[in-house]
Amino acid sequence: MGDNALVNEIAVTVVGPDRPGIVAEVSGALAGLGLNLTDSTMTLLRGHFAMMLVCTSEAGSRQVTAAEVNAALGPLTEPGHLVAVARPLLDEPEDWPDESESIPLPNTYTLVVHGADRLGIVAAMTAVLARAGGNITDLTTRLAGPLYLLTAEVDLPPGADHGALGADLAAEAERLGVVANLTAAEADML
Amino acid sequence: MTGTEPPASADDAPLVATEDWPADALDWMSGTDGRLRPAVRSPDPVLATAGADVDPVEPAIRSLAADLVATMAAAPGCVGLAAQQIGAAARVLAVDVRNHPKTRTCHGLFVLCNAEIVAASQWQKGREGCLSVPDLTGDVKRAGRLVVTGQLPGSGRSVTLTTDAFEARALQHEVDHCAGALFLDRVAGPHAVFARKVYR
Repeated sequence: MGDNALVNEIAVTVVGPDRPGIVAEVSGALAGLGLNLTDSTMTLLRGHFAMMLVCTSEAGSRQVTAAEVNAALGPLTEPGHLVAVARPLLDEPEDWPDESESIPLPNTYTLVVHGADRLGIVAAMTAVLARAGGNITDLTTRLAGPLYLLTAEVDLPPGADHGALGADLAAEAERLGVVANLTAAEADML
Repeated sequence: MTGTEPPASADDAPLVATEDWPADALDWMSGTDGRLRPAVRSPDPVLATAGADVDPVEPAIRSLAADLVATMAAAPGCVGLAAQQIGAAARVLAVDVRNHPKTRTCHGLFVLCNAEIVAASQWQKGREGCLSVPDLTGDVKRAGRLVVTGQLPGSGRSVTLTTDAFEARALQHEVDHCAGALFLDRVAGPHAVFARKVYR
């Protein structure tokens, strides 16, 4: 399906040089089209503005197309400015969690890896997670001088041996000359 | 050099009196001039190396303790330092939270050898930085009430320290260093690490 298809959900990514007002301009353009921001995340990546969001048309109102969103974001993307791209999201995620499932379950773990920067730390460590069936639900990496830091939240499949996975991660970390820690994510149920 | 901060109010009264803290806890420093040593930064492997148990009466350990005090005093805002941070994988740490606004119970400047946490409760999340990780801070859960045992350098005298609030946090951070761990190893998740915005 092309950009002109009618869709329920539209994904928008905005990346480029940071300055005050970008979030206001992006969200203003979307509001002007009658789109609701659902989930969004924004950060600075080595000083570059980076935002991803999903937005939806109001129920019962005209469904806005990704092409219309791209047109509305056009002024932001003048040469030398931001890259802003809207695309339709066609499929509902199969395992869309309901509210009660959004609290970290006992099978949710936090992985921290840190050490001297080198090529392939993320690839090697996440390959170990993937082999164990671990699903990364959140990840950040930072390069701070010579120090590289990876932090991830990982869902392990039911019955996964987190002790064995921790040992595999530690072994891979040792090969890379870094340190890895896998700990259960704590959730205080109130 | 020792004792408690005056309580701001009855509700804010220190958790424990520290009158039992030895008045001569810093006597080992007399006649020992510490050297200012360069602060080691991550990813230096010594920071990931568990410290060896030390003999607190050994002159070399007294000298290491003095170097910790001298190096800590020279770093603005530094409230604690462990041997790993000056390049020695040894279980020696220094703490001094006297000038920090979040301090309640306070034992002044002190150095502990072979410090062990024997009781910890009232866990609270707080943001920490580290002289050895100068560009990042992180949210870390620490006990707000803490009992630590250890020995004083020089005399080797065993002490038990009961504390709370910021002194408890500083002590846990330094005990972690002595075990080869950084605050990064304890951050609460992918969004609990932050670029440090105020540079030296």
